[in-house]
Amino acid sequence: MKVMNMVQAINDALDTMLTEDKSVVVYGEDVGVEGGVFRVTEGLQLKHGAARVFDSPLAESAIAGTALGMAIAGMKPVIEMQFDGFSYPAFNQILSHISRFRNRTRGKFTVPAVIRIPYGGGINALEHHSESPEAYFGHTPGLKVVIPSTPYDAKGLLIAAIEDPDPVIFMEPKRIYRAIKQEVPEEKYNIPIGKARVVNVGEQLTIIAYGAMIREAQKAIVMAKQKGWSVELIDLRSIWPIDRDTIRESVRKTGRVLIVTEASQSYGAAAELISIVNEEAFLSLEAPPARLTGFDTVIPLPLGEKYYIISPERIFFEIDKLIRY
Amino acid sequence: MFNHETLDKYSPLENKIFQLIDDDGMPLDKKWKPALSDKQIIQAYKDLLFERTADYMAVSYQRQGRMFTYPPNLGQEAIHIATGMVIKEDDWLVPDFRELGAWLAKGVSMREIFLYFKGNEDGSRFVNAKRMLPVSVPIASQLVHAVGIGYAMNYQKEKAVVFAFVGDGGTSEGDFHEALNFAAVWNVPVVFIVQNNQFAISVPIKTQTKSQNLALKGVAYAIPSVLVDGNDVFAMHEVLAFARDHADSGKGPVLIEARTYRIGAHTTSDDPTKYRTKEEEAAWALKDPLKRLKGYIEAKKLFDTSGEEALVAEYKKKIDKEFEAAEKHPEYPLDDVFKYMYQEMPSELRRQKNAYENYLQNKGGAK
Ligand SMILES: Cc1ncc(C[n+]2csc(CCOP(=O)(O)OP(=O)(O)O)c2C)c(N)n1
Ligand SMILES: [Mg+2]
Repeated sequence: MKVMNMVQAINDALDTMLTEDKSVVVYGEDVGVEGGVFRVTEGLQLKHGAARVFDSPLAESAIAGTALGMAIAGMKPVIEMQFDGFSYPAFNQILSHISRFRNRTRGKFTVPAVIRIPYGGGINALEHHSESPEAYFGHTPGLKVVIPSTPYDAKGLLIAAIEDPDPVIFMEPKRIYRAIKQEVPEEKYNIPIGKARVVNVGEQLTIIAYGAMIREAQKAIVMAKQKGWSVELIDLRSIWPIDRDTIRESVRKTGRVLIVTEASQSYGAAAELISIVNEEAFLSLEAPPARLTGFDTVIPLPLGEKYYIISPERIFFEIDKLIRY
Repeated sequence: MFNHETLDKYSPLENKIFQLIDDDGMPLDKKWKPALSDKQIIQAYKDLLFERTADYMAVSYQRQGRMFTYPPNLGQEAIHIATGMVIKEDDWLVPDFRELGAWLAKGVSMREIFLYFKGNEDGSRFVNAKRMLPVSVPIASQLVHAVGIGYAMNYQKEKAVVFAFVGDGGTSEGDFHEALNFAAVWNVPVVFIVQNNQFAISVPIKTQTKSQNLALKGVAYAIPSVLVDGNDVFAMHEVLAFARDHADSGKGPVLIEARTYRIGAHTTSDDPTKYRTKEEEAAWALKDPLKRLKGYIEAKKLFDTSGEEALVAEYKKKIDKEFEAAEKHPEYPLDDVFKYMYQEMPSELRRQKNAYENYLQNKGGAK
């Protein structure tokens, strides 16, 4: 075991897979010599060579499209979109081809590629650097969408994503890249995609969240505990596929649910999760399923971000309302 | 003066670079006479010095934690100052994000720039800058907007030219190529300025393209294109003046590769020692645009540059004032998150805002 933050854990996962599987390559903007603007790929080019870890020209559509080409021809590309907002130039390739190639060719060609995207706000960044686009990808049939909230999960989920026979969007909550340190096994391990994790066991209310919101929810749960309330926390880990079993079991037990996402509200992941709660646990509900999400606005620049980013206090406020409902 | 004949002589296919002064600021052709008056040359020097001073100040404010980031222009100022000299009030400026001197010429204030890099969208208002777009973060995406503006200028029979900036890295994006193609097909009055500063963050130009120069990219789209020494303010001015004239007279777009070097870091969060050598930096320092312009001015005895320190001190004071004004900008109100999303605030947004205000009033636990 080694203490790692999420950057180190992802680096370790990439290193593990580059070592084990010669068909794995890692590329994108500034990922080679520089080791990525967040240092996630630091040292990998030196260790595995520039044919396997390299800088591409600045063009996200081509980065994604070439990954498809490599993947259908037998390789396992792991590509990086430098920031969330720059995955948008790659949308055409991701939505029109990467997600559909298996179906279009009736399984003849498959795309076992991983698209890594550092995402989310709270890092004092420029415009287009703080986006939470998970719902766009979750809404796209043919993709799997994974978001870790801890270093341990990041390593295990990324290895699973690389080994997965289908395209996986691997979204990294950049705000907690270095905020959480944890013991992470040095050997290879795999966390199944599509399985949520119960972070905290509780009786009166279920919070479902993922990514950077897990840490905020944990803080809110400590506040709730002081009031004597028992709150369960589910880390979804996989935006698609969604772990219905864990959600059903939890909400049937607690009867109350709050979904917390940093992304804006309308047509977002929270809406999907509430539908699932209604489908699976309607008769157990003691309060309307609730969501606390980003506003339906552009995420503000740093001086306005404090309004948008969800704080533990706001989560607690919603817990309070729901429990007293 | 650079003209259509010069353009033919400087074919990008032959990889020729247009320059007028050498590394010390001496004219390469003894018979050459600047198109700029002495007064304009002195002003160019002052503007260049101002841009550089503003950059140093900005970097130091950022280091003090008073701005969240900043992309320095160091070394690329001649391109910006020359653009400022030819751009007219009715012309459009479609920026990338690293052409400070051109923005200032258009009427942007340092206060606004500081405000933007402090993290307030109010810094993109550019209240006194007519026809100036905000900084474009998604690389190269702004170029297609420039082409649309160019079409509107033609359609509305307006005499105005669009100046659109992009970096060397940006030439790899699809939007760059689509913009060039549309511009040529639609014959729009757009001057594309590619600032080739040798890097896209850490990625050197040789990883970006196999073309020996970036002006070549315009050739494929049948756009008059030329490679220019971007650290030579005289050369940049002549070519930009030519390009403006060409576009303005209905002959369509022009592409300029301004060859330069990013002396500073990509932004304040970048460390260039990881990906480039001291030797390379030293070689480019010899071509510093300020040094070269000063060399010319001193040789011709146009202006006593020994007073530079006093000028810098004066600029610093001015810039500090602008920064103070940015720091005194009113606190970011909650309203500003919502009110610019639509002309009329939709009821759903109002509901979300009310819910947040309700939280602010009642936090600490619902009673
Ligand atoms: C579409 C897109 N991809 C990636 C980025 C991240 N990024 C910001 S600047 C930059 C390099 C730009 O290089 P260049 O075009 O040469 O401009 P320079 O920074 O050198 O002025 C990158 C990759 C971005 N802003 N937009
Ligand atoms: Mg560049």
